[in-house]
Amino acid sequence: MFGLGKKDVTLFLIVAVMALFAPFILNPFPTDSGLAQFNAGYPDLMQRFVIFGILAIGFNILFGLTGYLSFGHAAFLGVGSYAAVWMFKLLSMNVLPAIVLSMVVSGLFAVVIGYVSLRRSGIYFSILTLAFAQMSYNLAYSVLTPVTNGETGLQITLDDPRVLGQSATADGGIPVTNLFGLEMRSFETLDIGPWAFQFSVGYYVAAVIMLISFYLAIRIFRSPFGMTLRAIRSNQNRLYYTGLNARPYTLAAFVISGMYAGLAGGLLACMDPLAGAERMQWTASGEVVLMTILGGAGTLIGPVLGAGFIKYFENIFSKINDQVVHGWVSFLPDGLEDFVVALIHPFVGKGWHLTLGLMFMLIVIFLPGGLVEGGQRIARRLRRRPAEEPAKSASTEPAE
Amino acid sequence: MDAIILQILNGLDKGSAYALIALGLTLIFGTLGVVNFAHGALFMIGAFCAVTLNRLLTLSHQVVDETRTDFLGNPLKVDIPYVQDLFGEAAGATIIDWSVPLAILFSIPVMIVIGVVMERGLIKHFYKRPHADQILVTFGLAIVLQEIIKQLFGANPIPTPAPEVFRGSLDFGVMLGFDPNAIIYPYWRLVYFAFAAIIIGAVFAFLQFTTFGMVVRAGMADRETVGLLGINIDRRFTIMFGLAAAVAGLAGVMYAPINSPNYHMGMDFLVLSFVVVVVGGMGSLPGAVLAGFLLGILESFASMNEIKAILPGIDQIIIYLVAIIILLTRPRGLMGRKGVMED
Amino acid sequence: MSKTTLSRRGLLRTGAVAGAGVALPTIFTASSARAFTNEPTGGSVTLGFNVPQTGPYADEGADELRAYELAVEHLNGGGDGGMLSTFSSKALDGTGIMGKKVEYVTGDTQTKSDAARASAKSMIEKDGAIMITGGSSSGVAVAVQGLCQEAGVIFMAGLTHSNDTTGKDKKANGFRHFFNAYMSGAALAPVLAKAYGGDRKAYHLTADYTWGWTQEESIKAATEALGWETIETVKTPLAQTDFSSYIAPVLNSGADVLVLNHYGGNMVNSLTNAVQFGLREKQVNGKNFEIVVPLFSRLMARGAGENIKGILGSTNWHWSLQDDGSKAFVKSFGTKYGFPPSQAAHTCYVQTLLYADAVQRAGSFDPCAVAEALEGFEFDGLGNGPTLYRAEDHQCFKDVLVVRGKENPTSEFDLLEVVEITPRGQVEYAPDHPMFAGGALGSCNPGA
Repeated sequence: MFGLGKKDVTLFLIVAVMALFAPFILNPFPTDSGLAQFNAGYPDLMQRFVIFGILAIGFNILFGLTGYLSFGHAAFLGVGSYAAVWMFKLLSMNVLPAIVLSMVVSGLFAVVIGYVSLRRSGIYFSILTLAFAQMSYNLAYSVLTPVTNGETGLQITLDDPRVLGQSATADGGIPVTNLFGLEMRSFETLDIGPWAFQFSVGYYVAAVIMLISFYLAIRIFRSPFGMTLRAIRSNQNRLYYTGLNARPYTLAAFVISGMYAGLAGGLLACMDPLAGAERMQWTASGEVVLMTILGGAGTLIGPVLGAGFIKYFENIFSKINDQVVHGWVSFLPDGLEDFVVALIHPFVGKGWHLTLGLMFMLIVIFLPGGLVEGGQRIARRLRRRPAEEPAKSASTEPAE
Repeated sequence: MDAIILQILNGLDKGSAYALIALGLTLIFGTLGVVNFAHGALFMIGAFCAVTLNRLLTLSHQVVDETRTDFLGNPLKVDIPYVQDLFGEAAGATIIDWSVPLAILFSIPVMIVIGVVMERGLIKHFYKRPHADQILVTFGLAIVLQEIIKQLFGANPIPTPAPEVFRGSLDFGVMLGFDPNAIIYPYWRLVYFAFAAIIIGAVFAFLQFTTFGMVVRAGMADRETVGLLGINIDRRFTIMFGLAAAVAGLAGVMYAPINSPNYHMGMDFLVLSFVVVVVGGMGSLPGAVLAGFLLGILESFASMNEIKAILPGIDQIIIYLVAIIILLTRPRGLMGRKGVMED
Repeated sequence: MSKTTLSRRGLLRTGAVAGAGVALPTIFTASSARAFTNEPTGGSVTLGFNVPQTGPYADEGADELRAYELAVEHLNGGGDGGMLSTFSSKALDGTGIMGKKVEYVTGDTQTKSDAARASAKSMIEKDGAIMITGGSSSGVAVAVQGLCQEAGVIFMAGLTHSNDTTGKDKKANGFRHFFNAYMSGAALAPVLAKAYGGDRKAYHLTADYTWGWTQEESIKAATEALGWETIETVKTPLAQTDFSSYIAPVLNSGADVLVLNHYGGNMVNSLTNAVQFGLREKQVNGKNFEIVVPLFSRLMARGAGENIKGILGSTNWHWSLQDDGSKAFVKSFGTKYGFPPSQAAHTCYVQTLLYADAVQRAGSFDPCAVAEALEGFEFDGLGNGPTLYRAEDHQCFKDVLVVRGKENPTSEFDLLEVVEITPRGQVEYAPDHPMFAGGALGSCNPGA
């Protein structure tokens, strides 16, 4: 079906179902319960999950297939965002031209950077991409302020021209990003008993685009082009001997991967029309690398899981403050309660970095293949006991 | 002319910090083949050794001074360091004043222990793993280390002044026949430069002239053969890791008076020192030192207004620009060997 | 293949059920005349405190959070009431806001505009926060202010000093209590001229981003108006940690004053470096060389240690002020936490009170009604003398403090002494002043 193998169809459908029902899946706890803190099913975070999923899928096309570790991928994300916001400022608030332009601009950017950086391999390649990205970040923050608005980030304002749209709405507000009138930020709330599920337009637009990107990624992984890229990874010299020049292939992979990142950047701007220079900082590039490796580099689903994992930590753990912790353990006697809170305190709220760092280390030490390997191990254990349910584990199997 | 001399001086000073960090990074990479993203954190911990010693020396008991009040209007509690009780007020104050140089002695054992524990407890298990895993696990470690420091010492920088005698600056220009104030340079930075030169020299001498160093160099070149000769290279490599940690730590201790230490100073230096190492050529010790000084000097020149007038914003990107140019013209950096970290 | 088809049919079925669920009319059952985002329905109201908890400004963020917790306690009738007793408006009575108990959620801005917006969004979308406040940099303030405008909630800015926040980036839903770069210049220049004389030559080192530029522009304009000459202005990269190559040429440039337009870690490092180079012991043009730090933060100044002694700068508020409001605030903060509050803590505490009071006076949580109540609001008793929330740009006008690093501090908190309290009249400017021109408030957005 769709030109995919049976296994891939299953994988794709599972991802599609997960994306479609994310508002339910990510909101398992009733709104009033103490555990509602752990719900992730609100529009902004769901959008981030799928958008950073796109970014990681794209990164994986380069890193997972060719083995080239780009340490400057965030630059494309930033460039995509800037392009999209400029489109909102100059043309109209429709997201379609913005997304197209962000992909085109980041693609061109990737051609230039890729052409230069791919002359080297290994860590030299990583440092070259890092250098380009850091240069972009530093310049965007300061000298290029007329284009990027520097520190405060590029935002849309009331006096932007927007030749195909309107500068301001009838009641004097800034128009909102939309897809032919469908506003990105509008959402509906569905109350079922104590649960509240939010369905956001922006999320579903992003999710559909993510599914398309995911589908394309599967096709690339399975195509002869994908095979060539893998061959580059395993032995570039041998490839040369067969008379194949690897450079055009790696460059193509680099540009595709850069366009994925640009698409993600453009989508970020569509959901929230702002482009900040921090998006291009090396820590942001590092985050993409972490997402991919954490989820499982070279697997199809891994990067998406890794992206979700990191974004979940950033947005959920950072919001747990002492007041919340006290709420959880209030059933304990006073002295014990304070003790437990003191015990948890360093790891939540302002200590979320610490928890994240520890999780990184644990995963890398015990699960070298990332979260996908963790899933596989669990699946294998489950399979060993009741041998009759083999198909269920397909979601966690690497696509390679 | 005086401006140029001044910036060369500046560059040497900056470069010595880069060179020291890059040296440790290269030692670890060259001997163990591990890309250590936690190296910046070791530098930071070194600086916090100085802070810790300062805190230890100023451990105090409080004496209530009825004549003065604190911000709430209560009698003021004045801190009297125990050191002053022990050695008398003047001698105690001098000891506290000299806490940074004293921290050198304090930091060497601390850093070696940290390094050895790190190698035995964590890095050892990653020799056979891909570089990406090494980067990830050491990066995680770096985050954990800096967050621990943040929880202990807070996020704000902590002032750690140099001893009184090293404050102020030397009028270099007058010695060279320029006007007074044309070229001035702080004493402590001159000390830092000299210190860095000594450390770098000592490391090279150690590797060059001792049997231990010889074995390590042999191990760097061909680990398997050295192993086949029946030499326990692993133990020596552990010691090398401890040594590299100590070099990073010492760089940090001496740096504390220049910039007040804060918990993220390691991350600030990390990217830069990787660029230095790669520009120098992965695994090459002289390359790391050379690249450190080169980038330091170029960075200093780029900060001059005369140059920024021609190329606006050049000081923001100079390091990266130079890195790109060097890597494109010299494929393995200034002094890199073929085949190292190219796959 | 059959298996796939099965699951696909199952998917369609569940999809149809969910679709029917969405169609149920369950949204926005507004009770008041006009619907607005996150209208509180139960017995409580949620405020969103968005402060840097990680990154270089984490300590400042922690202090802001302490102030917010204190403000919530006081609003709910706990503690000693703090500034509620000295505040000129008596609308608040310690029973929450409009009888609703005040609750709060916190988020981490990471001092990045992206992350700050993400955490503000999560507070609005997930936790139902009706007001967002906090932050420790202008980049974040402007970004979050824009977000709140779009989402239809009120933004009460925390520490943000750039002219742009209430200048070209001003928004109808955003309000700033903190002072700005222009005010720093206007307050500082006369004191500088008095202390160091009228014919000085200044050398500026400026952080190379928006805030740095506006501050340099403001200080330059204010000092040049009093006869100073600006010899050179040099931009320094934000990521710079070692400023030696920028400071070394200063002495030989003929300048006799160094102005450091830096904040946070930049300020600590550049000041430390400048003192290391011995600039302050030098004589140039027959005068003592001086260093000026236009925006002082006591919390950050601690990092520079002894180096700040005798250095002039400006600040929004300082705990040593002796008016009733400041004393009451310092007392309740100091009793609760054991040390005096920072200027960031003060502005955050006051902003929370001002918001609560405006809701109470407006009789509604509707952001437009609240904005109306805040616009042109005159009040006193919150620490900076009689203050006006100007309607034209949502900027507070109040006295500004000129401070000097103290020579003999009695404790680690006692670092600054107030040199002069510059009266409000001296720091006022027209709403269309060129340094603030280019933006528009727009109209208030109630969301929903």
